[in-house]
Amino acid sequence: MSEVTTEEPSHPIAIYFWVWGLLFVLSAMSYMVDYVQFQGYLRWSLILLFMFLKAGLIIAVFMHMRYERLALTCAILIPMGCLLVLIGLMSFEANHIYDTRGAYLDAAPGIMLVDESEKLH
Amino acid sequence: MSNETVVDEAGRPIEIVEGLPGVVADWSSDQRVFKRVPWGKAMMWFFLLSDTFIFSIFLTSYMTVRMTTTVPWPNTSEVFALTVFGNHIPLILIAIMTFILISSSGTMAMAVKFGYEKKRKITTFLILATALFGASFVGMQVFEWSKLIVEEGIRPWGNPMGAAQFGSSFFMITGFHGFHVSVGVILLLIVARKVWTGDLENRRPGFFTGRKGGYEIVEIVGLYWHFVDLVWVFIFAFFYLW
Repeated sequence: MSEVTTEEPSHPIAIYFWVWGLLFVLSAMSYMVDYVQFQGYLRWSLILLFMFLKAGLIIAVFMHMRYERLALTCAILIPMGCLLVLIGLMSFEANHIYDTRGAYLDAAPGIMLVDESEKLH
Repeated sequence: MSNETVVDEAGRPIEIVEGLPGVVADWSSDQRVFKRVPWGKAMMWFFLLSDTFIFSIFLTSYMTVRMTTTVPWPNTSEVFALTVFGNHIPLILIAIMTFILISSSGTMAMAVKFGYEKKRKITTFLILATALFGASFVGMQVFEWSKLIVEEGIRPWGNPMGAAQFGSSFFMITGFHGFHVSVGVILLLIVARKVWTGDLENRRPGFFTGRKGGYEIVEIVGLYWHFVDLVWVFIFAFFYLW
């Protein structure tokens, strides 16, 4: 029987160099997205892809989440799902505000009205 | 499933269950929840969870003002461009800052590893290297802020390039992140000293709380540091690149 606060098993140093290198490559790739001026959905999906890959590597390896007790992993990662609700609700509302601003009060009058009417026909 | 039994500090036996049944066992054991996880580490994770919510709220409000404004958003690629030796390079300072922060995360992860192996010299060196990377990051941020304020005329309430909300979002988000980095550098220096003087190795009581800590403290401050890097990943994607 060992002490409850046994020290972490040691990981080979190679994995940290690998992740370090991968993070460099992924950062360079997300910088290139701007450098070569990709636009629209291609730009947004590439930014999100590289962002989630980087975040995943940092959390899983650097922060040792993959070696952690499953109970702790669940307690930390599951509550973050609430943020999706927040983001969803706020973007839903933001679209509505943008539409009403365009329709009623902006300095550039009628921006949204024109766009919306074009969409309808 | 290999069930293992360990004893806690009071000598009581604790069964360690792995996998999904382990989640149930951990939560329902009527004892400390996360078996074999130092309490300080669990608490740091909970702090980071709450900090995640703070930064997410900042980024979500940035999303909201950017989606609602009918004035064009300033082109970050141009706003953050620098002219280096006559070459106009978009976003270059931000890219350098990103690489520096990632490098600091790399040295920190290795410091944690060598800390658990009780290699005092290399652990101290790696923590100090991390702190140095962090301090240079803050220095570059000071340069970036002063350039934006003095040369570009960007204010929290307006700017010459477009939507007024650009300045308030930028100063709020990067300012709060820079504050986290600065606090992290101070924490790293304190922990580096603890490692160097052997306070952790000999489990001497800390000067502030009087609690005894071992090398898990290096991992705990490392968690904070990686989180700061993690937040930057999201700021880089959503504020600078989007």
